Amino acid sequence: MRIHPLTTWLLLSPATVLLIVLLLAPVATVAVMSLTDWQFGAATLNWIGLANYAELWSDPVFRKSLANTLLYLVLVTGGAVTIGLGAALLIESDTQLRGFYRTAFFMPVASTLIAMAVVWQFLLHPSAGLVNHLLQWVGLMPQDWLNNRQLALYSLAAIGIWQMSGLALVLFLAGLKSIPQDLRDAGALDGIAHPWERFRRITWPLLGPTTLFVVTVCAIRALQVFDTVHVLTRGGPNKSTEVLLHTIYAEGFSFFRMGYASAMTVVFIAGIFFLTQVQHSTMERKTHYG
Amino acid sequence: MNSPSLFFRVARHLLLMTGALIFLAPFIWMVLTSLKPVDEVFTRELTLLPTRLALVENYTEALTRVPLLRYLWNGIVVCAAILVLQILVLLPAAYAFAKLEFRGKTWAWRLVLLALMIPHQATAIPTYVMLHHLGMLNTLSALIVPFSISAFGIFLMRQFFRTVPDDLVHAARLDGMGEFELIWRVMLPLAVPALFAFAIFSVVWHWNDYFWPLLVISSPELATPPLGTMFFRNEEAGINYGPLMAGTVLITAPLLFLFIAAQKRFIEGVTLTGVKG
Repeated sequence: MRIHPLTTWLLLSPATVLLIVLLLAPVATVAVMSLTDWQFGAATLNWIGLANYAELWSDPVFRKSLANTLLYLVLVTGGAVTIGLGAALLIESDTQLRGFYRTAFFMPVASTLIAMAVVWQFLLHPSAGLVNHLLQWVGLMPQDWLNNRQLALYSLAAIGIWQMSGLALVLFLAGLKSIPQDLRDAGALDGIAHPWERFRRITWPLLGPTTLFVVTVCAIRALQVFDTVHVLTRGGPNKSTEVLLHTIYAEGFSFFRMGYASAMTVVFIAGIFFLTQVQHSTMERKTHYG
Repeated sequence: MNSPSLFFRVARHLLLMTGALIFLAPFIWMVLTSLKPVDEVFTRELTLLPTRLALVENYTEALTRVPLLRYLWNGIVVCAAILVLQILVLLPAAYAFAKLEFRGKTWAWRLVLLALMIPHQATAIPTYVMLHHLGMLNTLSALIVPFSISAFGIFLMRQFFRTVPDDLVHAARLDGMGEFELIWRVMLPLAVPALFAFAIFSVVWHWNDYFWPLLVISSPELATPPLGTMFFRNEEAGINYGPLMAGTVLITAPLLFLFIAAQKRFIEGVTLTGVKG
């Protein structure tokens, strides 16, 4: 039966129009704006070519922001993947309390991060916070976690790990489930008796593609860090927690230098696209095992 | 398969319990603090449980100091409107991509895949300027309209519709159903489980979103829960954490209840973000 082209067009046009107006055209606009000196509210703008990018390259705040973002990304991705994998293997190795553990680790993923950031602010409070109370209780020095230049980014990374490990965990649990049990049992029969040997020689190689996938998922999320920074440190003290999205926010929406902020956004989009490409290639590899 | 040794089982629980306790600690501390009167929040010695229960005063203060119920209501309205719009727009398109042949299909699909990669903060600047020129800043529509399309939703539902047998579609057409009727009366009911996962994905994302409301909303009465939390915190600049924690309990409660009530579906929905980013 032939479907009238007009019908097809009617089915597709709302989605297509919105896709172009709300997603594709804005991204193209950002790219074009990044070549101008436009400021929000200004009536005119000048084409300045790649001058914004040249300024980015020599802007100490942007360089700091990029370096902080990368360090945050590495810390949070590494931490979340390690905890997620470790917890997934432990949970999966026996049957008791599986549901409870999964729920406990996943709770932070299911909660509203902004509200929990306020809770963290209280937990990390220099004098009344639980963390410092506990440190003093075991005889360690209390710290000003969010106002110390050396510590602030690490404190934010710890909150990031807390928030993301549950996501890594459930992705690893799904990955483990797809490894056939008889494969592992066969390993046991072949005389690989020690659980660690079984993990190293059977589970881990089969989990490789899943791990790469989880790494990219966490990295993409970590690159988008904004909420905790804006609520807890506002990029400070002394730019030590300035991260990419926060710098874009400050340039674009506090100083209204939209052209310059657009150039930063292009860098941000490039980072996301790169990680997405890596992710897609891992997904293709994953299907070979699936 | 030999079962793990007793030593291993104890060690497993020890490690996982410690981990679980650390991960749950912020929630436990939030709830406990929300029950404490002000003089017990700031103490030299660490006290776990409140000696005097301040439940009523803290929660009353949280609900009256700022319009907390209003924030929650705004959150519900915004999330529901976004979800309904998304489904209305994406379902016909997903169906067309899955079951119809048309010119330019490959190219159109490439556009969807391209849009799929765009993180939502990437469009913030032009969308903000556009809403400014339309006079829509600081309205609830500014929170809803920019998210009326979900490339990810089209992708997800197209994958699902491809698994629906063509015979079913042909049979419906032979019964005299038009394409629109077919989508809403045959495909939609079939798609409920997949749509549920997408709904969780969408609601969790927009309920928690802070970046966009921060940009476009300045009136407290239009704030969504995350933005409202910030208004509350800035208001409560002092040291009275009790009511503030009561507020965060109320704001995190809806999603946590949803999570506890429909755990499997919830995890399914949230892990979809793995594919989306």
